[in-house]
Amino acid sequence: MRFTSLTFGLFAGALLFLYYRVPGRAQWAVLLLGSLVFYLSAGAEYLPFLLLAAATTFFAARFMAKRTEKAAKRRALLLCLLADFGLLAVCKCAGYLPMGISFYLFQSAGYVIDVYRGTAKAEGNFLRHALFVSYFPQLVQGPISRHGQLEPQLFHSHEYDPKEVSFGIQRMLWGAFKKLVIADRVAPAVVALKECRGLGFLLLTVLYAVQIYADFTGGIDIALGLSRCFGITLPENFRSPFRAKNTAEYWRRWHITLGEWMKDYIFYPVSVSAPMRRLSKAARKRWPKFGKRLPVYAASFATWFVTGIWHGVTPNFLVWGLLNCAVIVISEELTPLYKKFHSRFRLKEKKWYGGFEITRMFLLMNLIRACDLFPNVGDYFRRLGSLFTPWTWECALPDLGLTGLDWAILALGVALMLGLGQLRDIQETLWQRPALRYCLLFLLFLAVLLLGKYGVGYDAAAFIYNQF
Amino acid sequence: MQKLLTILQDLHPEVEFETADHLIDDGILDSFDIVTLVAEIDDAYGVAVPAQELMPENFNSAGALYALIQRLRDE
Repeated sequence: MRFTSLTFGLFAGALLFLYYRVPGRAQWAVLLLGSLVFYLSAGAEYLPFLLLAAATTFFAARFMAKRTEKAAKRRALLLCLLADFGLLAVCKCAGYLPMGISFYLFQSAGYVIDVYRGTAKAEGNFLRHALFVSYFPQLVQGPISRHGQLEPQLFHSHEYDPKEVSFGIQRMLWGAFKKLVIADRVAPAVVALKECRGLGFLLLTVLYAVQIYADFTGGIDIALGLSRCFGITLPENFRSPFRAKNTAEYWRRWHITLGEWMKDYIFYPVSVSAPMRRLSKAARKRWPKFGKRLPVYAASFATWFVTGIWHGVTPNFLVWGLLNCAVIVISEELTPLYKKFHSRFRLKEKKWYGGFEITRMFLLMNLIRACDLFPNVGDYFRRLGSLFTPWTWECALPDLGLTGLDWAILALGVALMLGLGQLRDIQETLWQRPALRYCLLFLLFLAVLLLGKYGVGYDAAAFIYNQF
Repeated sequence: MQKLLTILQDLHPEVEFETADHLIDDGILDSFDIVTLVAEIDDAYGVAVPAQELMPENFNSAGALYALIQRLRDE
């Protein structure tokens, strides 16, 4: 049951109706039932994986809550993480990925670590925990929520609020527009351009940026919008990433919840761990400056290694992660040089310089991101290398599988997507003007229906992040 | 406290650490700065800051960070 299918729309509508008809204390049971139906619709064979994740994290947290000895708690935590991440590794290596496994395993692992640290309370009711793990709007492609943020909302009673439901539906429709009108329309051109080099490769990186941004943010819009209809606010996963001026900033704006997860559960623990402190102290005796930076380098490497593997076990994802890591670390190390340069030339005061930084970052991230598309890393580097040889145009635009009308719709869609940004302010303004709101909503609905790219039987393509 | 202010000033000479109280929320200190700070605090005060204490409320101001160091020293 894909987010963009008619079946899903009917399912979500029926569930919403039921949700606001039952007493507040039973609403979470409706969500659990809905999550179960949604998950079963993807395939009953996936359910044992979800149950295993819920059971291991539930019992490990319960065990830790009852014990006071640190060593016993630590053993329980390690055993649980080993079981869960071992399962994920086996699934990834076997190329068999039960729906949403990377997302719900990370979310539930975060919960167990929080219980171990004493920042979350262990849940005593398995069914309630099962809902936290399987809450269906975010099950397929995130965002990855934190227990402290999501749990209180799931079990709180929610009154029907027409404004919230209306805003939620608007966001879902907007997400469907991004996915069906933009991402799926540009997809054939991305496939065709994979064969190209030089200028064609550069165009591929730009169109792939459009595709993945529209696809992923579209899916997140649907997830957040649907959840808002239930009165539950999920964390934002994007904050205008293409406005970033450096790589670190880009990663604070793109897939924010995964970045935060990696920071809190990999980057910080590795960088302040006892072995790392000892290593850093020993290194500082011989190389004071390098010794101080060693925890940052090592933790960055570990974080990006895991981030790469999280996306896929093929070498290109590992290379993609390490390229990001290299760019961040090199930029960080060059900071004193940049400061000297800017104090001498004062470029930052120029009006155009901000635009230059944004464009530079957009192009750089596009080049790195394109690595996703080539499981054979050699193919990627050969195409990257072709940018440094005299450019030739091997691929003609008409051969990219898009008609003139497709390009026009795409251009309009991208302009709308960049212009509207996050929708928030527009929603508030439109709430005061119901007639205009209904007109625009109807137009958006028509656009999704008429301009959306549908396959056989009006079935839409899967979201890219479903595969992780 | 003076020792801590010197460490912070070395990291970001352009910031008024005596008055700034949204160092994390305003994006002045990033995760690299925090890890560097933890190493400096370990050197200067002999205090190891554990991962679960690396949260915005402990690093948003020099005062909050100093309170954290004192609390960890007393434990």
